[in-house]
Amino acid sequence: MTDLTMGPIYYLWDGPKWRDFYLRIADEAPVDRVVLGETVCSKRQHFIEPHLVEVVERLERAGKTVVFSSLALVTLERESRIIRDLIDNSDHQIEVNDLSAIGLIKGRRHLIGPLVNVYNSATARLLAQRGAERICLPPELPFTSVSQIAADGTPVTLEVFGFGRIPLAISARCAHARSKGKTKDNCQFVCGEEPDGLSLKTLERQSFLVLNGVQTMSHTCQALLLELEEIRNAGIRSLRLSPQDCDMVGVAKIFREALDGLIDPQSALHQLGAIYPMVPFSNGFHHAKEGAAWIARAKSAASAR
Amino acid sequence: MELICPAGTPAAFRQAVDAGADAVYCGFRDETNARNFPGLNFSREELREAIAYGRRNDYQTFVALNTFMRAGDEEIWYRAASDAVNLGADALILADFGLMAHVRERYPEQRLHVSVQASASNPEAINFLVEAFEAKRVVLPRTLTIADIARIKRKVSCEIEIFVFGGLCVMAEGRCSLSSYATGKSPNMNGVCSPASHVRYRKEGTLMLSELGEFTINKFGPGEAAGYPTLCKGRFDIGDASGYAFEDPISLDVMGEIEALKAAGVSALKIEGRQRGKAYVAEVVSTLREALSTEPAARGPLLARLKAMSEGQRTTAGAYEKRWR
Repeated sequence: MTDLTMGPIYYLWDGPKWRDFYLRIADEAPVDRVVLGETVCSKRQHFIEPHLVEVVERLERAGKTVVFSSLALVTLERESRIIRDLIDNSDHQIEVNDLSAIGLIKGRRHLIGPLVNVYNSATARLLAQRGAERICLPPELPFTSVSQIAADGTPVTLEVFGFGRIPLAISARCAHARSKGKTKDNCQFVCGEEPDGLSLKTLERQSFLVLNGVQTMSHTCQALLLELEEIRNAGIRSLRLSPQDCDMVGVAKIFREALDGLIDPQSALHQLGAIYPMVPFSNGFHHAKEGAAWIARAKSAASAR
Repeated sequence: MELICPAGTPAAFRQAVDAGADAVYCGFRDETNARNFPGLNFSREELREAIAYGRRNDYQTFVALNTFMRAGDEEIWYRAASDAVNLGADALILADFGLMAHVRERYPEQRLHVSVQASASNPEAINFLVEAFEAKRVVLPRTLTIADIARIKRKVSCEIEIFVFGGLCVMAEGRCSLSSYATGKSPNMNGVCSPASHVRYRKEGTLMLSELGEFTINKFGPGEAAGYPTLCKGRFDIGDASGYAFEDPISLDVMGEIEALKAAGVSALKIEGRQRGKAYVAEVVSTLREALSTEPAARGPLLARLKAMSEGQRTTAGAYEKRWR
């Protein structure tokens, strides 16, 4: 059985939009696990706090496992404190996204998010020894590596990044604020104006990336549907859906039905395109190609090795 | 403070040592290090000679094995570590936890430094690396201010090394897949960023376009120097405006802050540029060496000479200064 994880929302959504999103996920989305909480920028944390208790309660009542996400980039004293508080005070499992949390959480059961560099089973094993039970592998990782890590029998549940714009980079500098004539320290939360990222195009007007505060994401949306069978056959037990500003309940239903064999991958892809129409799909990383690429006929990566 | 200098070739290595490096860092001629460029780096035999040359002159040699091991091919990295240890490397510079664990277990006496590619940007992260792998030194990512560095140093038990001059990563190092998104090749997996194999210059009327893979990274008018299309230093459109969305084609220079770095407790200053020629290495190293041994008030002309050697003759203190954010 392959389960589904709803990853954290990387974008800044205002409190009510954030709350409504999760209440609907709780009621309608066939996902097993929901990872919650600000992951990209510590300045944003207060937007969701008034709604956190209600959302957690509703998700749990619906039978979802709730996991709290830790910050991806920790440089300030205040950010270190946030990580410490999260680990000390949370009675939920935590998904770790940077090295400070790996250090502090030693010995407690936890998850490793896709922003931690796990490229091989030696690293996965080390993290498992320290208490990691589940690792969402980095989106950049080709399937040859994914299947090798699985084949090595590392004692963790492995997850791959199945749907969403790909988190590609993070910086101390906020390019998003900068594009609007502001700096990170005086940003006035302008990243909230683009709930699905701010489009960055080449000078030839080709869509390329999107800015999300200090994070840079792909313009394309990674969609691993044609690859589900080989992913499952490799022993990967979980798929991550990363929230975009589209009907994520619909996205979750499509992935669930495709995993259950209720719809074939091509129709699933067709339906997915209708839900998130303005953004092209990519699967290049999976096939060890450019991440932006779309490989239409999935040749078995394992046999290409 | 020690001066840690780059060497992409044996000739640059000797130049760096002769110009006054305290330590030189280099890598093997393969994907085990983050400057895996054609024609660059060291064979086993060249490294043996380089280490011996350093020893005779009382300088240290650090070997960078700072890419992430490809699953199933870990042996390539393990062999590189074994060879570097046996050849007498004074320190291994590592980024991959799996490789750190391996080195710690197999070579308990080997000095281990944490590469900037590991992205240890806070005291808890550094303490984890010290506790788990007995790291003796951490190269900090270029995401911190000097005040941040001072605060971190007070809370950790290992040495701190920072980049002071040369190329500037805009993104947190070791956490960037922009290059592989456009080309399939990344710093973490292949030891390359925006690789030359995927670069194309194309003329369009009077304009020169630089492209990386399928994407245009910059356009230059007549008389404008067509720079190398490093992805994060490109010109892009956001809304109706065009410009350098992440950073200008500019390089790092914080040598103006030597005293503040010393006060912050920094042990070693690192120069980027293993891909640079030996003349550049010799010039930069000797100038920095001279600056370090000159009274602060008299450093001005030396620092001006450095600026002339920078990319586009323009420099920034980057994240070391808070306003950069």
